[in-house]
Amino acid sequence: MTRARYDAIVVGGGHNGLVCAAYLARAGRRTLVLERRPLLGGAAVTEEIFPGFKFSVFSYVVSLLRPEIIRDLDLPRHGLQILPLESTVTPLDDGDYLAAWGDADETRHELERHSPRDAEAAVLFGRLMHHMAMAVKPILGMVPPDPTSLAPSDLRAMLRLGRHVRGLGAERFHALYKLMTMSSADYLDEWYEFDPLKATKSASGIIGTFLGPRSPGSAYVLLHHYMGEIDGAFRAWGFQRGGTGAISEAIAGAARALGAEIRTDAAVSRVLVKGGQVTGVALANGDEIAAPVVVSSLDPRRTFLELVERRDLPDDVVAAVERYKFRGSSGKVNLALSGLPDFTCLRRANDPALTMRAARGAFSISPSVEYLERAYDDAKYGEFSRRPYMDVVIPSMIDPGMAPPGKHVMSVFVQYAPYHLNGGWTDERRDAFGDAVVDTIARYAPNIRSLILARQVLTPADIERITGLSEGNIFQGELALHQLFFLRPAPHWARYRTPIQGYWQCGAGTHPGGGIMGASGRLAALEIAGARTRAAPRAGWTSGGSGGGAAS
Amino acid sequence: MLKSTPFHARTAPLVRAQTWRRWAGYQVASAYEPHPDREYAAIRGSAALIDVSPLHKYHITGRDAARLLDRMATRDVTKCAGGQVLYTPWCDAAGKVIDDGTISRLDDATFRLTSAEPNLRWLSMNAVGLDATIEDVSERIAALALQGPLSRAILGELSPQVEALRYFRLVHTSAGGVPVTISRTGYTGDLGYELWVDAANATALWDALVAAGTPHGITPAGIWALDLARIEAGLIMLDVDYYSSHRALIDDQTSSPLEINLGWTVSAAKGPYNGRRAIRAEAARGPAWAFVGIDVDWESLERVYAERGLPPLLPTIAWRGSAPVFRDGRQVGYATSGCWSPLLKKYIALAHLSAPHASPGTRVELELTVEHRRRRVAAAVAALPFLNLERKRE
Repeated sequence: MTRARYDAIVVGGGHNGLVCAAYLARAGRRTLVLERRPLLGGAAVTEEIFPGFKFSVFSYVVSLLRPEIIRDLDLPRHGLQILPLESTVTPLDDGDYLAAWGDADETRHELERHSPRDAEAAVLFGRLMHHMAMAVKPILGMVPPDPTSLAPSDLRAMLRLGRHVRGLGAERFHALYKLMTMSSADYLDEWYEFDPLKATKSASGIIGTFLGPRSPGSAYVLLHHYMGEIDGAFRAWGFQRGGTGAISEAIAGAARALGAEIRTDAAVSRVLVKGGQVTGVALANGDEIAAPVVVSSLDPRRTFLELVERRDLPDDVVAAVERYKFRGSSGKVNLALSGLPDFTCLRRANDPALTMRAARGAFSISPSVEYLERAYDDAKYGEFSRRPYMDVVIPSMIDPGMAPPGKHVMSVFVQYAPYHLNGGWTDERRDAFGDAVVDTIARYAPNIRSLILARQVLTPADIERITGLSEGNIFQGELALHQLFFLRPAPHWARYRTPIQGYWQCGAGTHPGGGIMGASGRLAALEIAGARTRAAPRAGWTSGGSGGGAAS
Repeated sequence: MLKSTPFHARTAPLVRAQTWRRWAGYQVASAYEPHPDREYAAIRGSAALIDVSPLHKYHITGRDAARLLDRMATRDVTKCAGGQVLYTPWCDAAGKVIDDGTISRLDDATFRLTSAEPNLRWLSMNAVGLDATIEDVSERIAALALQGPLSRAILGELSPQVEALRYFRLVHTSAGGVPVTISRTGYTGDLGYELWVDAANATALWDALVAAGTPHGITPAGIWALDLARIEAGLIMLDVDYYSSHRALIDDQTSSPLEINLGWTVSAAKGPYNGRRAIRAEAARGPAWAFVGIDVDWESLERVYAERGLPPLLPTIAWRGSAPVFRDGRQVGYATSGCWSPLLKKYIALAHLSAPHASPGTRVELELTVEHRRRRVAAAVAALPFLNLERKRE
């Protein structure tokens, strides 16, 4: 083993790992990032899969990138450029469409066409969700306190949290409670009457989870997506110019500028532990690199059960991580197109400009709540949805550099595609899944088949194989209530620490979780940088915590 | 896309400088000429023709139509006779204003409600358990305001019945062969009428009015001219002078009727209505805010500009924004609309002031930006309206 040239090693060069490394470097730590793949970004990568056609292969829109990260790391200077994703068009089964535009008047007129009541309800619903997002926003930026701990710092944090919740007032507290417990379909039923509107809104409550719109708990995910709205001025929602890989590159650029070293093609095979203390990492090529701090940006399964030996961890932590739910539920289809698909629902408006405007935004294949629930039914019993929910975008419409002139790239997020498919995923099953996706799009845009020049189909098994995300879960574990905040990823270990001294976690499997948000990476780095001056964490007072010794 | 009104075919060619604006999702003229001076002059000197079609309009029928509206509004709608029009705000349960508009009793069984924002859902929610049918007629019915001292003469040539039409009354008649409902209402504080017509007949009505009015100096006028007139008349505007409680993100953004100079619309005698308990409690303890006029002191205005070597720069197009108002160095409120009144020859503004500082004559200061520097000019609190014309109601 070489002498420690690094203060910290970050395992994994996804966006959270890079954010963590940038903040560690900013705090003066000599930091090294090790990425297994030849390119940085994890699930936020841009690849030219077919000559001339570039794809945001996995994650395809920026959702909630934290404004403080954009500011702290000066990301615009390093290439962050978010292009607007302002509209969503839902083709309906009767040949009409439902659109949400960027302009409030236009959206109101469109809703009035379907339900004047809903058009008015949208104002009040939007206001409520604004308040809900405001209520939850501070929690996103907070290191989760341990509610069972009696440590002064935890008690102080719980007190702050209690005051915050009390400050909401009764009406908003009740609304928040409902959001945390209800299904998105039930929650939306309280506001809206037009079913395709409810379906399209509830779709954001099921993304990345193994839940249907009628499953309790899906309403929270809805809120997770509303979060981007209150930081609207930062335009945290949208397409990154050059694809999501360019965000990873921007963060990497910031990290390098701050002094971090980044290596690709450098797979970590093991994290080295001696006497309950991390000593470095071993690479797949046999090299060992020493460091007193190792931060894993991988998901909890890999962090706790694969990179380290189970004997270095308390049994209850192993058991908790084994129980942690991944259950990847979504797939991705990337299409290279020779032209623009013709969504027939847009023809009725007799406005050629409408097709172009709609194609700059998203198409949501969510014609009814029942459609989504039936799609979930297939998955519940181990099949991919024959008629899946899809979020379809054509990034080349607003970022022409993604495809040759006049040609397009289409990114199709597909749900449901269960990781645990009956009989397992095979090449044939992957093709069948891809066919189901294209067939479903063809119901709404019949010319799609004649436009396809090339097709990439990614099942959850493929996502796992390529990115390393266990079971292909895009959030490093479901955003279900039992896996959030102080329970993410495991009780007592939600503060980015692990029972092994010097071994930390910073992936989306920690609070606050998924999306290109970067909050986990940032909060972890702030904890690590502040740890030296602070008392070592306790494993809590539950039984079976041999890790208490390891951590203190 | 913004919508265009049923008069678009007539108004569009007249908009010389492409000065369009949006109003409730519609495209309407800010002014037809590059500057609204002559359009304002028509409101006060002859007659101005103003497209007010973007107003939301609802027809309410059924045995309980009056009950429904009475349940919503602060005015006593049960006392609204056939052919009468009431101006009223309506509130949420906390007594905060949602919107304001007019209620017209078109006949015994039919009412029309106008509003600045959509209210179909709110009407439906209030109609639970009542025998009332609500129809959104916003697009079906076009509306034109004919405002100004000669409006009666012009309209009288087309519809002799308006000669006898009293203030806030309406008549079903025809003008130039077009069936039309004419109410003696408006948003200018002047003698004037509003004409409600089937959208299909909109341009025919426009043509008839222009033909009859041309010898009297009829002038199409846009929102800029209307804005000057309504500030002089002390008439509030939703989303400018106050926010709907349905849209407010914080409590400070809401207003009760008492706080926006609409105390006169609150009936003490009527039966239960939305917000009654809160409004009564507020009336008993006295409202925290008042909505008043601000009359800027000319010498003070001249002085702050003279410091920079300039004559006073006057807002001949009304501003909409927020300007802090001070008293003895402490902020006591904020003005939300202001303009140079061409008729009164005064710089006037509409302002929310905390109640202890709102009595007419109170000396205050209005913050203005003068050549990139913030300055406070002396002003006096004025009772609203600034302009109260006899001919409006005669």
